[in-house]
Amino acid sequence: MRITSRPPVFWSINALLGATALGLISASSPAFAADPIKIGVIAEAQAIAGASIPQAAQMAADEINAKGGVDGRKIEIVTYDNHSSSADSVRAFQRAVNEDKVNIVIASYISEVVLALEPWASRLKTPFVTPGAASNEISKSVHADYEKNKYTFHGYLTSAALALSVCDAAKELLVDQKHMKTAVIMSEDAAWTKPLDIGYEECLPKIGLKVLDHIRFSPDTTDFTPIFNKIEAAKPDVMITGISHVGVQPTVQWKNQQVPIPMFGISSQATNSTFGKDTNDAANGVLYQGVSGPGVAVTPKSIPFADGFKAKFGNYPSYAGYTAYDEVYYIADAVKRAGSTDADKLVDALEKTDWEGTIGRVQFYGKDDPFTHSIKYGKGLITGLMLQWQDGQQVAVWPKEVAKTQIKFPSFIKVTAN
Amino acid sequence: MLTLQILIDGFAVSALYALGATGFTLIFGVSGVLNLSHGAIMVAAAVAAWAAASVLHTDTYTGALIGVAVALVMSFATYFAVVQPIQKSRRIPNEEKEIFVLTGTLLWGIMIQELIAYCFTNNAKTVLPIVEGVVNILGVRTPKNEIFTAVVCCLVIALLWLLVNRTRTGKAVLAASMNPRGVTLLGLELTSIYVVVWAIYGVLAGIAGVLLGMFLGVSSYSVGPLTASAFSIVVLGGLGSVSGSLIAAFVVGYLETITAYLISPAYRTIPALLLLVVVMYIRPQGLLGRR
Repeated sequence: MRITSRPPVFWSINALLGATALGLISASSPAFAADPIKIGVIAEAQAIAGASIPQAAQMAADEINAKGGVDGRKIEIVTYDNHSSSADSVRAFQRAVNEDKVNIVIASYISEVVLALEPWASRLKTPFVTPGAASNEISKSVHADYEKNKYTFHGYLTSAALALSVCDAAKELLVDQKHMKTAVIMSEDAAWTKPLDIGYEECLPKIGLKVLDHIRFSPDTTDFTPIFNKIEAAKPDVMITGISHVGVQPTVQWKNQQVPIPMFGISSQATNSTFGKDTNDAANGVLYQGVSGPGVAVTPKSIPFADGFKAKFGNYPSYAGYTAYDEVYYIADAVKRAGSTDADKLVDALEKTDWEGTIGRVQFYGKDDPFTHSIKYGKGLITGLMLQWQDGQQVAVWPKEVAKTQIKFPSFIKVTAN
Repeated sequence: MLTLQILIDGFAVSALYALGATGFTLIFGVSGVLNLSHGAIMVAAAVAAWAAASVLHTDTYTGALIGVAVALVMSFATYFAVVQPIQKSRRIPNEEKEIFVLTGTLLWGIMIQELIAYCFTNNAKTVLPIVEGVVNILGVRTPKNEIFTAVVCCLVIALLWLLVNRTRTGKAVLAASMNPRGVTLLGLELTSIYVVVWAIYGVLAGIAGVLLGMFLGVSSYSVGPLTASAFSIVVLGGLGSVSGSLIAAFVVGYLETITAYLISPAYRTIPALLLLVVVMYIRPQGLLGRR
């Protein structure tokens, strides 16, 4: 028997071929490590409502990736802090698309920022979803020039829908239960409150609340004493709020000055659970509209998300956290259905979204609706909630299907019409 | 009723402005430094007081003291890390040192502002008031905290007056503001006088910051407006004149309050800025300024 030994070169070639083959195998495996779905997240990382956006988006991406990604493709979140500035956001959007090659962008809770980004989504043909801006103009622009602006999706309720949601809640909680008859609208001067105020002025009289006065103030306001005095002089039963850029200061001054009128409406900063600590619990009694909240089972996904977020980041998310989380999921779903990250195919797929998220069932209005690409408002879809700060906690008080308790006011509030 | 309301609210706001601007003008009067990190130091004091009470769960008094202590440390840091190295530098020509100090303190203020936003978000923070509740003054519901703010501001300004006019250290400070060269000829170390002035400034800015945090609340966004408001008041009163700044603080405070009540809160700051422009035309040295 002859024993032959092969020269070392043979083994080297063999090893090389083997390695190449292994490389080919791994390249064709479902991991597709080199080709992730890249989502750019541009947000106000230092602001109370915006801080939850990148955190929630990353949480959704981690969950999807842990389950194998989308057809084996991982989701990669690329975050940019826009310092609440439109100019910084536009630069971040350009960088996200041109340099970081993201497939889609989730951006901002500020309407001015989103309105500045909308033309860039059109120019750079990159799908873009906002998790928290409300201005009607965002989706109206899509309707006005669909072919150009179809890349923008309004992943949060429009100001018109928010006004409806507040009025629906006010009808049951204030008019029917507390027999209130009069209101003063108090809103900050910003793009999102213009349509909101029009909505309030239309719907409040219809539900039986006469509007006695309408006060708009600069978002830079720090001393709210003259505003509260003016409101008090009108003797309304309730203040209907439209505040987002401000929140802590009016709330603390309302409590410190013991303004005897309840606050009810949109108060974006109050949606984040850190608001209680920021206001030294002056928030107790504040009633605010939300799309979801801690301990509120809007859908079976709501509570696990809110609790998971708190376990990870130490606080419950702001409203824009819920929507950003859902957005990553329905973007992943759209990529799966489109079978591609091609912008136009992704737009087509997003238009057909029917996703049960943490805030309800997400569908977008179509091309023929005046609010094209805005999420649909209504029973069985998204109706919003009314929550109240009670004893340092956020609790749902409307609608009754999810309400945990009755509304309760601090001792300095005089519910005169009761 | 409205008149009384304006009188009460205007007094509290003006007293707070006066306290904030006093330290700012004192530093300029004595050492010729326009400290553009002023707003940042005030905000740092308020945020520290908030953080001590909300995060570390200290009582309100301890929180307030921590706030003032932080302002004192920041004040020394501004002097030793930013101002003094520029003043002592041989590479910067003497005639350019003022602009270097101006730019240096401005950048220092921005750094503090960004650090606050990074660590505590740019959301507004409010310090828990030392006295809570409201009192009725002839039909005007006034928070006790508002009265407390006004009283503390007046007391601190009175103490500062006593310190400057009735103590040896104070007289040295006063002398340094009049004739720095003369002070050195008398054998006093100018640097130690500056250290005393920066210490007084730190305490004044700290108290003003904490009181502002209790009264209205602050955020990292407040840095610019606070520096600008102190700057306007001091320019209106006359750069370096403490009594001019006090008068200007009350003029600005009441003008803003009257505008907010009688015209609209949205136009609150406009008349005071217009007045500043007019004064600059008619009397460029300010109300009580030296030429």
